[in-house]
Amino acid sequence: MSDFYIWSIIAILAVGTYLIRFSFLGLIAGRDLPDWVLRHLRYTAVAVLPGLVAPLVLWPDATDGQPDPARLSAALVTFGVGILTRNVVAAILCGGATLYGMLWALGAG
Amino acid sequence: MDGATTKSLYWQGVRAGVPFLLVVMPFGLLFGVVATEAGLTAWQTMAFSSVVFAGASQFAALQLMVENAPMAIVVATALAVNLRMAMYSASLATYLGDAPFLTRALVAYVNVDQSYAVAVNTFEDRPDLTTPQKVGYFFGAVTPIVPMWIVATALGVWLGEGIPPSMALDFAVPICFLAIIAPMMRTLAHMLAAVTSIVVALLLAGVPYNLGLLAAAGTAMIVGAQVEVWQDQRTRR
Repeated sequence: MSDFYIWSIIAILAVGTYLIRFSFLGLIAGRDLPDWVLRHLRYTAVAVLPGLVAPLVLWPDATDGQPDPARLSAALVTFGVGILTRNVVAAILCGGATLYGMLWALGAG
Repeated sequence: MDGATTKSLYWQGVRAGVPFLLVVMPFGLLFGVVATEAGLTAWQTMAFSSVVFAGASQFAALQLMVENAPMAIVVATALAVNLRMAMYSASLATYLGDAPFLTRALVAYVNVDQSYAVAVNTFEDRPDLTTPQKVGYFFGAVTPIVPMWIVATALGVWLGEGIPPSMALDFAVPICFLAIIAPMMRTLAHMLAAVTSIVVALLLAGVPYNLGLLAAAGTAMIVGAQVEVWQDQRTRR
């Protein structure tokens, strides 16, 4: 990664993210978006993040792309606890505990 | 409301914002650690957290940068993660549209998931609040979050170099994302959008430049919106 690559990404993301946040507050304050646009925007986070995570869970670089029982279990526990408790911190802690527990158990066995 | 002043609304906002430190602190710390591991300098990492100021998109960008994705793809994907903030912006504009331009410009900078959620809940519950009171409440809610996000990142940078590979930090990012995604599964539409995103992303995993992910995101948004329309029609019938 070159410095130019890193700094350019930071700068463009800073400006772009700010423009997204400022958009309706700043330029057309008070005017509502059409329903169909809002309806699509509601699903952006849930449309991008799962697709980003899925390959990282199934084919981790750390194991040369081989599915890994410790990482798979950690992912399932994190997601399960997150759905049941709706608590981000609890999900992270349980997922982390599962990962280390499994890595230790598999390494020891 | 016993003559609530702007100042007392500010402190009510602060109290509402404090619990979110439990999410923001570990997340910021992790970004500092992971960015340092990925090879970013301390300055680059701190600039990232301070000026982009959007955790999920920062992790998304970092992941693609580590995979050496082209700059345009990194930027497009990370901005797609942040598109939901256009919705926050539109929604906040209906409450704070009367505030002065510079105030709105500052509100936009600190408009993050947590501050948006807290503020809009309160604005809906208390329509009697004046615009300055709402602005006071909003800035109160972000007062604990903003500085601690940056402090936590710095702490992560400082810790980052001392962490051995056996700590399996590679998997910290997926765990964080999964923990963020899980509570979003509020409706059938959200779940089907997430499933679509996963299936398309895995099917198109071989497509160069991570274009598969953008295709997956676009398809999943359409699926989510369509399912919502169908469900509305069904309940109306």
